[in-house]
Amino acid sequence: MRLIAENLGGERGGRMVFSGIDLSLSDGGALLVTGSNGSGKSTLLKVIAGLLPSASGTLRLEDGGEQYPTVGSAAHYLGHLNAIKTSLSVIENLNFWRDFNGDDGLDPLAALESVGLGAIGRLQFGYLSTGQRRRASIARLLISRRPIWLLDEPTAGLDAASERQFSTLMQSHLARGGLILAATHLPLGLAGSKELRLGEAVDA
Amino acid sequence: MLALYLRELRVSTRAGGGALTGVLFFLAVVATMPFALGPDLNLLARIGPAVLWIGALLASLLGLDRLFQADREDGSLDLLVMAGERHMLALTVLVKCLAHWTACMLPLVVASPILGLILNMQPVAIGATTLTLLVGTPAIAFIGATGAAVAVGLPRGGVLVSVLVLPLAIPVMIFGVSASYAAINEPDPFLPPFLILAALTLFLAVIGPAAAALALRHASD
Repeated sequence: MRLIAENLGGERGGRMVFSGIDLSLSDGGALLVTGSNGSGKSTLLKVIAGLLPSASGTLRLEDGGEQYPTVGSAAHYLGHLNAIKTSLSVIENLNFWRDFNGDDGLDPLAALESVGLGAIGRLQFGYLSTGQRRRASIARLLISRRPIWLLDEPTAGLDAASERQFSTLMQSHLARGGLILAATHLPLGLAGSKELRLGEAVDA
Repeated sequence: MLALYLRELRVSTRAGGGALTGVLFFLAVVATMPFALGPDLNLLARIGPAVLWIGALLASLLGLDRLFQADREDGSLDLLVMAGERHMLALTVLVKCLAHWTACMLPLVVASPILGLILNMQPVAIGATTLTLLVGTPAIAFIGATGAAVAVGLPRGGVLVSVLVLPLAIPVMIFGVSASYAAINEPDPFLPPFLILAALTLFLAVIGPAAAALALRHASD
């Protein structure tokens, strides 16, 4: 599988935030998108996820097969928001995403174990701390299998131990042939990842 | 899809879900009516079906703006839109509408016979009004979904949703009320307006979610 973007441009509120982005990522590849605030990291991820229309250029997925016709269908998107209902328990939330997105990954309980939240599955999500919420949201990525992970500031709110844990999870995803595109300010501990700096090639 | 339906039901029946707000509003509107109009039993019986329909229509507008906004605020909406390849977005919207109807509008239908008694309505009129509400309220949910999807990006979109939805919901109410009256006024036939009401619901079950899905796909920013 190969994710290819050519001359990709994105705009926000009628203003071009980035343009002329060329990227190509194949199995096991990780790309860190860095850049200052407002340089278009989140917009780039949203354009790739198909949540925003691209202002120019093309985006395609090669060898996705019938299962993954578009980038959006092959991708997990972890945005700033956790996409989890505060009035339901953690496990209810994860069970929902398993039923909705497919159960070809880990069992929700096992996924919670692997982010270190095994003990609080029954707790209402609203009672969790910021870091725990983030980890519960990361557990969602493990439940349904998607080759591409689009991560927007994935480690925001995580403590050092959870960051290491998450980096292990990302490495095993890459080892299985997955792709990771992460917008971040912090090093994610991924060896051999490429870096795309936004905000330099773009005319203001 | 069943999972989505169950999740929506759980969310709206748990604390802060607002499933009961509509019923309480409905109760308040209809229960104050006899006090305002005075103890004229014949008058109350005559306007009963219309009062029930107006109350139910306004009560169902209450929770509509949260239909997609809650999902947008916690980020679920992006994922629902992204899952469009697996689950057609219009179908997702339809399921959300049905869950919303079950949680917020079905209680109105259930409460209407009791409120009919307050308005001194005949048993036949109560039955007919309840039946028309049962058939007609899903249409309001489907129109509402379109309004809610258009206004999803606005922080206080509630008023706009009501303004958008109300004119479109008027035909539903007209046929609902005229079918209810036809059941008690002898020469008028009950079936034609009732069937048009059912047709409206079926028509909107297709158009509403499709339009809402289109609006949602262009709403993310």
